[in-house]
Amino acid sequence: MTVAATEPLGRSGLRSPAFARFLRALLPALSLTLILIAIAYLNPRAISYFGFSLMLNLAIPIALATIAQMFVITVNELDLSIGTFVGFVACVTATWLRDAPLLGILVLLGSIGVYAALGALIHLRNLPSIVVTLGMSFVWQGLAILLLPKPGGKAPDWLLGLMSLKPPLVPFPILAAVVIALVVHFGLMRTSYGAVLRGTGGNAQAVKRAGWSILRTKVTMFAMTGVFGVLSGMALVGITTSADANLGNGYTLLAIAGVILGGGEFVGGRVSPIGAVLGALTLALAASPLLTFMRIPPDWQVAANGLILIVVLAARALISRREGDR
Amino acid sequence: MMVLRALLARPWIWSFIGALLVWLAAISFTGGYGAGGMITAALSLAVFMVIVGIGQMFVITLGPGNVDLSLPANIGLASAVAMKVMGGSDAMILVGLVAALTSGMAVGMANYLLIRALRIPPIIATLSSSFIVHSIDIAYGRGLQIKPPPAFADFTNIQFLGIPILAICGVVFAFLAGIALQRMIYGRSVLAIGQNMRAAWLAGIPVERIRFLTYTLSGALGGINGALLAGYFRGASVDIGNEYLLSSIAVVVIGGTSVAGGKANVPGIWGAALFLVLLLTMLNTFGVSAGIRLLLTGLIIVGVITAAGGQKALR
Repeated sequence: MTVAATEPLGRSGLRSPAFARFLRALLPALSLTLILIAIAYLNPRAISYFGFSLMLNLAIPIALATIAQMFVITVNELDLSIGTFVGFVACVTATWLRDAPLLGILVLLGSIGVYAALGALIHLRNLPSIVVTLGMSFVWQGLAILLLPKPGGKAPDWLLGLMSLKPPLVPFPILAAVVIALVVHFGLMRTSYGAVLRGTGGNAQAVKRAGWSILRTKVTMFAMTGVFGVLSGMALVGITTSADANLGNGYTLLAIAGVILGGGEFVGGRVSPIGAVLGALTLALAASPLLTFMRIPPDWQVAANGLILIVVLAARALISRREGDR
Repeated sequence: MMVLRALLARPWIWSFIGALLVWLAAISFTGGYGAGGMITAALSLAVFMVIVGIGQMFVITLGPGNVDLSLPANIGLASAVAMKVMGGSDAMILVGLVAALTSGMAVGMANYLLIRALRIPPIIATLSSSFIVHSIDIAYGRGLQIKPPPAFADFTNIQFLGIPILAICGVVFAFLAGIALQRMIYGRSVLAIGQNMRAAWLAGIPVERIRFLTYTLSGALGGINGALLAGYFRGASVDIGNEYLLSSIAVVVIGGTSVAGGKANVPGIWGAALFLVLLLTMLNTFGVSAGIRLLLTGLIIVGVITAAGGQKALR
């Protein structure tokens, strides 16, 4: 039940809705800071150039997959196939992109085209994206297994080189995260077409009546999901050096969790690229380094992800109640 | 003719036609060999999809965004709980079933609690709880190698004239679920909430109580399914419920239930479950590799959904 805003106007200070909104935007950064403080407390040596490079290594593909998921969530859809898609891209990258670069590039571009076509299909036939993408998750996994029945392949050398870059002062994963967050933030939050894209999630009818094509915005967003899915798969292979058809399976749920942790909402086009990247980093850090330092057995790593989600969402629920917007 | 036309107007008939076509394709490939065996095998596997599918159907009918993603973890945990409590002894079968049911209901209640108390969207609430349940299962069921009690394993495998007893129970259960959906206050309330939650609330339907019941029901069915699966496959495992994330949603949607909520269909779940299982059987008899099988399964699911079409948007 949505209750209309009853906040009296003119309230200021710590209890004002504006402050609550600010707090809400700060929440992803806050949870990441808390995790970092916990890690620093448990193992001070981890807070170093080398430590961050190691702990955040896998955060790059997770962050890219999270951004990919964020694009579809912006237009009120959900992609349950992003994990197997990342696995498929990883297999293509470790085989064709290395041995026959032209073919590899064509296949990857084609797969982005498939994503765009899915967007059109889902919009034109008014299909539930959950089911279509669940079906597609089988398609990607099947293709990946056909391509690479057994774990193997090898990442192209330039990719290996790129992923093991050691820039001065700032570890590569942090640099990459900042670049990803800023680029997407600028594109989606600061351009006029970005506002139209988010508007499709907020009020599709209004956007349509303003003369924009909903078909085009949906196709754009699905294609962007494909682009970032491809980037995620390539980054993943660059780190693991070889591929496996099941490599990305866990990313589907992780990516959804990352978007939500980062302040995104399932409906209404309310997303935050910077928040999503922070959410992905939080999950990447909390999933294994933090637990290892706390000497918690790996059995409970998945639970830690669930618990973090619940705690952050509980905090957000408290803030939102104050914000008075729901 | 009238009967035929009335049948074709039913949304659920298409899933049965699909199942029939797939079966015909499979037996024409084998030259009629194993036609009956295929149906027996399909029935005994489809019933597991039906049990969780019905729970998922009630949840999905509650309206957009309502879906239970915790079923795989829930099924896994319940299978371990059931096997541990039964301890391989026939005397403990009933206690084990009750324990699995309780474990499932607890997961369902926890889901609802997260949705209600933290105002989390159901997708993310059931997702977070599934992470936690999954971990509990890994820790609890580690190295678990308890066989189901002989009588219980027999019950889940026994057949009557080539029809698994479990499938007969499944049909009866689906029939009861259909009555609950269309003829009882509970089911009508679920439908009303799915059509318009605010209108249902204004009409005096105890919305939150119904939502609580629905998530608990879905959890309970997941729990029972876990116990039965452990009996059928002769042992519990963490991954035993994995495939039911997709199939529970797929059978509901292919069976003619609206993802937008407010419109549900019970017979279609049986048709869709048979369709999915026979589809796999067909691809197996064709002798295709695992990759091709996954690829075709995915394409067919997308194709069926596209052909069935979405609902016209309500304005």
